[in-house]
Amino acid sequence: MSIHLILFLAFGAVCVAGAVNLLAQSHPINSALSLIAVMAALAGEYLLLGAEFLAAVQVIVYAGAIMVLFVFTIMLLNAGEEERTKGSRVAVLFGIPGILLGSVLVGWVILRHSGTEAVAAGALPGDPRTIGQLLFHEFLLPFEITSVLILIAIMGAVVLASKPPTSPAGGEVRQVD
Amino acid sequence: MVPLSYYLMLGGFLFACGVVGFLIKRNIITIFMSIELMLNGVNLSFVAFAAHWHALAGQIFVFFVMVVAAAEAAVGLAIIIAVYRTRETLNVDQVNLLKL
Amino acid sequence: MALPIWLFILVSVIKSGVVLGVLLTAVAYTVWLERKVVGHMQNRWGPTRVGPFGLLQPAADGIKFLFKEDLTPPHVYKPLFLAAPLIAVIFALTSISVIPFGNSITIRGYTIPLQITDVNTGLLLILGVTSIGVYGVALAGWSSNNKYSLLGGLRASAQMVSYEIALGLSLAGVLMMSGSLSLREIVKAQGGHFWGFIPHWNIFNGQFIGFFCYLMAAYAETNRIPFDLPEAETELVAGYHTEYSAMKFAMFFMAEYANMITVACLATLLFFGGWNGPLFGPAVLQAILPVFWFVAKIFGFLFLYIWVRGTLPRFRYDQLMAFGWKFLLPLALVNLIATAIAVAW
Repeated sequence: MSIHLILFLAFGAVCVAGAVNLLAQSHPINSALSLIAVMAALAGEYLLLGAEFLAAVQVIVYAGAIMVLFVFTIMLLNAGEEERTKGSRVAVLFGIPGILLGSVLVGWVILRHSGTEAVAAGALPGDPRTIGQLLFHEFLLPFEITSVLILIAIMGAVVLASKPPTSPAGGEVRQVD
Repeated sequence: MVPLSYYLMLGGFLFACGVVGFLIKRNIITIFMSIELMLNGVNLSFVAFAAHWHALAGQIFVFFVMVVAAAEAAVGLAIIIAVYRTRETLNVDQVNLLKL
Repeated sequence: MALPIWLFILVSVIKSGVVLGVLLTAVAYTVWLERKVVGHMQNRWGPTRVGPFGLLQPAADGIKFLFKEDLTPPHVYKPLFLAAPLIAVIFALTSISVIPFGNSITIRGYTIPLQITDVNTGLLLILGVTSIGVYGVALAGWSSNNKYSLLGGLRASAQMVSYEIALGLSLAGVLMMSGSLSLREIVKAQGGHFWGFIPHWNIFNGQFIGFFCYLMAAYAETNRIPFDLPEAETELVAGYHTEYSAMKFAMFFMAEYANMITVACLATLLFFGGWNGPLFGPAVLQAILPVFWFVAKIFGFLFLYIWVRGTLPRFRYDQLMAFGWKFLLPLALVNLIATAIAVAW
């Protein structure tokens, strides 16, 4: 029962509890907070694997910026509690057992094939220097493309979320002849 | 020592919860959050494999997944706001004008 | 000599206790300092009645907060209403755990660094904790179920998220020059002197613009004047902490002042050489003098914070956001590029 296993189980328990709570809660704000807990526990898991820079980026970007965006949207749109419709009851009845069956199957296959080879604690060289060298030498093209992708996403989000122009803008009615 | 399969099962469980949430939830924002949960489960598998096989590209790929998730969250939430403006509801069952 | 595991845990617990105690006392006396300094700037005495020079005023305030009626309005969303001040305070106090106060001290052959934990990515941890601290504000504003609180909470969190970018970029220049994210390494890179008498601090080493960006971004992150529109009394009643009373309000207050102290510590470590200062005297004194220089520099920064509070008017919200996105962010980027060129040369 090494300390590595204990920490893994502790963070894993928080992940599992957060994921299940996301499904169980009916108000979206509670689901959002559970997701933040999942992300923070995942940052702990990354630390156990040695990816320290990735853990910090997970907290700063995912839990600290993307989820803030979600929480803003929930607050601004004043999303209330969910309603249960016919479609959702059917989905719960068939979906949950189906996914449980699927995940048990996948878990069995994983256990059969990867066995008990252990991953050492801190196995990855996850320091910023290594990541920086990889990111800017081998992965430079994907890096630049993702920066263009973010630019496109910013423009798209601004255009989509801006208020539509009130009609009639400009005033003239075009004659059709 | 923690076997690799434990990390994979945890990642797989998170992914499965994301899929279940995507199927059973009716609020658009919660569906979106289930997508993020799926992406997080996949990220954990990437980092676990990168640690196991000492393939550092796994870590870098997680960066790109995070960046794409951020871009997708921004655009997706803008779409949700636009849908809310026209349909006045966040329930996906009621956004059904194109249904036969 | 490395510590055995039980001694390491014991020393860590003692260090945490001491640092937390000193931090909480410092938070209380920063409030006293602010009231005195702002009072004198406005040509009046600050608190003078409770103890000599009003030095026991924080104790009186603490007792008042404990005995005030802790009212929870009926229409709030209770779990988040109770959790939001806790989130704000916990994350404000967490960032002190990676801040080094001095060199190592040696007791009976064991070397104990004057820092609770030296993480390799200490600076990123502080940035991460700052990012999570936004939730305390946003959730407080929303759970109060009050339009002024919601607007104040949204404005404050949007402001904090916007200035985080400028904050991170202004630190990147320092990182390039020091080559490490560990705070202890950054301070060690600032030892020594130029030409014999100008200390090798980062601010004299070319990071003056970086320091200016950092200071502006940090003032906005901690919601202090001139960036404190979201919590100004004349604007949105009291912003996100309108509905809070007694101890929960005191927790928001503590969080704000703890953030101020963290910012002052970081500015000292990154731009002003941390605990580097003239050392003299016997060996015992030499072990304590770095801590003294560190505290003196932090005091200077807190005084600067309070001085700016007493002097400048506050920005309007659109001016505030325009300043962050259209001026500070490009300036921090220019600083980054210039530092990169200088380092690569």
